[in-house]
Amino acid sequence: MDQKTVISLDGVTVELGGRTIFDAVNFSVEKGEFVAILGPNGAGKTTLFKLLLGLLKPTKGEINVLGAVPHRGDGNIGYAPQHRVLETDLALRARDVVGFGLDGNKWGIGFGSKKRDAMIDAVLKEVDAYQFADAPVGHLSGGEQQRLLIAQALITDPKILLLDEPLSNLDISHAQEIIALLTEISKHRSVTIMLVSHDINPLLPAANRVLYMAHGHSAMGTPDEIITSATLSKLYDTKVEVIRSGDHVFVVGAEI
Amino acid sequence: MITLVDLLRQSFIENAFVAGTLIAIVSAIVGYFVVLRAQAFAAHALSHVGFAGATLAALVGISGLLGMSGFTVAAALGMGALGKRIHGRDVEIGMILSFALGLGVLFLRLYTNSSSETVSVLFGSILSVTHTDILLTLFFGIGTLVVLAAIFRPLLFSSIDPEVAEARGVPIKLLSIVFMFLLAITVAEAIQVVGVLLVFALIVAPAAAAQHLTRKPFSAIAISVALGVAFTWAGLLLALATSWPVSFYIAALAALTYFAAIKIGHFMRPHARAVHEHPGRETRVG
Amino acid sequence: MFSIFQYSFIQNAFLTGSVVAVVGGFVGYFLVTRGLTFAGHALSHIGFAGAAAALLIGVDPIFGMLAFTMVAGAGIGVFGKDLREEDINIGIVMTLALGLGALFISLYNGYAEQAYSILFGTILGISHTDVLITLAIGVATIAVMAVIFRPLLFSSVDPEVAEARGVPVRALGILFLILVAVAVSMSVEVVGVLLIFTLLVGPAATATRLVHDPIGAVSASVGLALAYTWLGIFLAATGNWPVTFYIATISFIVYLPIRLITARK
Repeated sequence: MDQKTVISLDGVTVELGGRTIFDAVNFSVEKGEFVAILGPNGAGKTTLFKLLLGLLKPTKGEINVLGAVPHRGDGNIGYAPQHRVLETDLALRARDVVGFGLDGNKWGIGFGSKKRDAMIDAVLKEVDAYQFADAPVGHLSGGEQQRLLIAQALITDPKILLLDEPLSNLDISHAQEIIALLTEISKHRSVTIMLVSHDINPLLPAANRVLYMAHGHSAMGTPDEIITSATLSKLYDTKVEVIRSGDHVFVVGAEI
Repeated sequence: MITLVDLLRQSFIENAFVAGTLIAIVSAIVGYFVVLRAQAFAAHALSHVGFAGATLAALVGISGLLGMSGFTVAAALGMGALGKRIHGRDVEIGMILSFALGLGVLFLRLYTNSSSETVSVLFGSILSVTHTDILLTLFFGIGTLVVLAAIFRPLLFSSIDPEVAEARGVPIKLLSIVFMFLLAITVAEAIQVVGVLLVFALIVAPAAAAQHLTRKPFSAIAISVALGVAFTWAGLLLALATSWPVSFYIAALAALTYFAAIKIGHFMRPHARAVHEHPGRETRVG
Repeated sequence: MFSIFQYSFIQNAFLTGSVVAVVGGFVGYFLVTRGLTFAGHALSHIGFAGAAAALLIGVDPIFGMLAFTMVAGAGIGVFGKDLREEDINIGIVMTLALGLGALFISLYNGYAEQAYSILFGTILGISHTDVLITLAIGVATIAVMAVIFRPLLFSSVDPEVAEARGVPVRALGILFLILVAVAVSMSVEVVGVLLIFTLLVGPAATATRLVHDPIGAVSASVGLALAYTWLGIFLAATGNWPVTFYIATISFIVYLPIRLITARK
């Protein structure tokens, strides 16, 4: 496997609870790519992340991440799950949440240090969240919390960034801010980004490839290659129409 | 030799059965809505507030039932005014509950140094309910049922789908207050049967069990009433036969029936979700 | 006024109360953060059944309490997420436990005094041995909490990322509930089974509204718990009213204005 391939799946099958979630899936991702992951719920997008994070082992097939079998606690992979609505009276500041990314998994109380604070400040500035570093997380908006989760994932300087539906529940302007931020990060840090979304449109300018997952199968390629009536109809095994209007893409006949 | 029939003829037993049955019926119906509206902890807290009312009543020498009702109604109206924001308010509810209990402890200490009286208020004393209490219970109970019948449909609507109901012109805040008022009265009555601490068994358990067995409102209420009355009769008879406490039997039967209902419910509908999932609980990690 | 301190039962009360308050304030922060306050409340009621059972068979109630609460706590941890209406399930188990407790008390034949003290606390009747036991258990509990502090907090707020980072989220959750069981059993000595909330939740709920960083909030929580306990014992010792009433009232009247002032829509 050459240095440029950071993730590769080879004939991966995953069976859970009697269902086949992955059926001999093959694809690979190169360093520095920005891959948008699309597909209906239950198609295996979260399962994919679990495989890459070493939280799940495939029933058949091989997975390679950065030249090794995925294992838990790999600091080379940053993971930002979808932000949740946090209760307003949590005694936790923005910088505390980001700090978890650094040492939240270590035992002990972890009294702070200047060095630690500096690292947290740096990454907060990178995601443009420094101005509310000391605010209680419950007081922040969805978009602001999402930025914290990205910062939390970035603080260990990962080579791969996995983002699970970071744009859901965000209005269009906030979603675009997050995408712009991610594009910046992708360039500055040359990380490989894999992002799950329900809508390809805001990602069209940013993603260079699309991984479409449905019914246990996957298709990978540029948006123009994958989001076509022919490809999606084959993937969903039913008639799907893709309509382009202006710079907008609409998928009709199937849940994205 | 004293037979069971002889026992049943004694008027305090009759009182207990009459009061108990009526209270079980009202509790089961009100309980259906408590479960639907996810207000089980609030109901539990109201009973503790009732404890403070009962002990204060004893201290100043008025009817326990009136004292309890006074306090529970006041607390309930407060909760009702908070409206929807009762959801996920465990901390606030628990603090009020504890404060009320603390007051109750004080009043009780001032009233009597007898620990056994305390224990009996906490765990129920249906077998010593007086004739006046029966009349009050009858009055309150029937009143509650009448009001419930009147507001049944809008209450159901606003419990299941508050936003849509509000948009359709249903006065959800007013209904919320009225319901809490009814709940307060029902709690005060239930305390007589099972005591402050076990109100859950009469108000929440039958309805919660019923909602695992069926989704249809009328069926659920009917099952709820049937279960509640069954526990109460069984509890009374077993308590008379073995002289173990009534509240123990009712609590035990309630728990067994509830967990059995869960199993049966799973068996009947393996992939169904429960009717009343809690909104605003996304951050529970357990 | 301070002459009461010459009495050993007062000294015992203060010592035990302090240890209990520190544990309660520390554990309470996580109860609030993890949304487990009702579970904590229910655990204490379940503990009551254990204590009553212990009385019945002639064993020190604290052991019965520890046994029942630790099992129940672990149970909630293991089965908790698989059950959907957690509140009702926990409430019904709590009701069953109370019913059992009522049965055991009635079978125990008239030592209602003991039942009363389990229900409402008995800090002014603590013996020297109790102090030592409480101290030992308390120190152990605080030590464990200190060790798991960071990963527990991480998994309370961000369980998926914590899991990905190698934190044993589920195991920590169960361990925490067992620690809650211990904290609850200890607190029973001071405020009794029925009023756990006032010591375990009140200070923490107040502190988290005032202080927003974790270490600060825990310190504030512990500080408040200590203050309430000392004040409560002092007032009860110089008067005639029960300790638990004082602590409950102080806890509430401090919480209420702070809750109202810091309310966020």
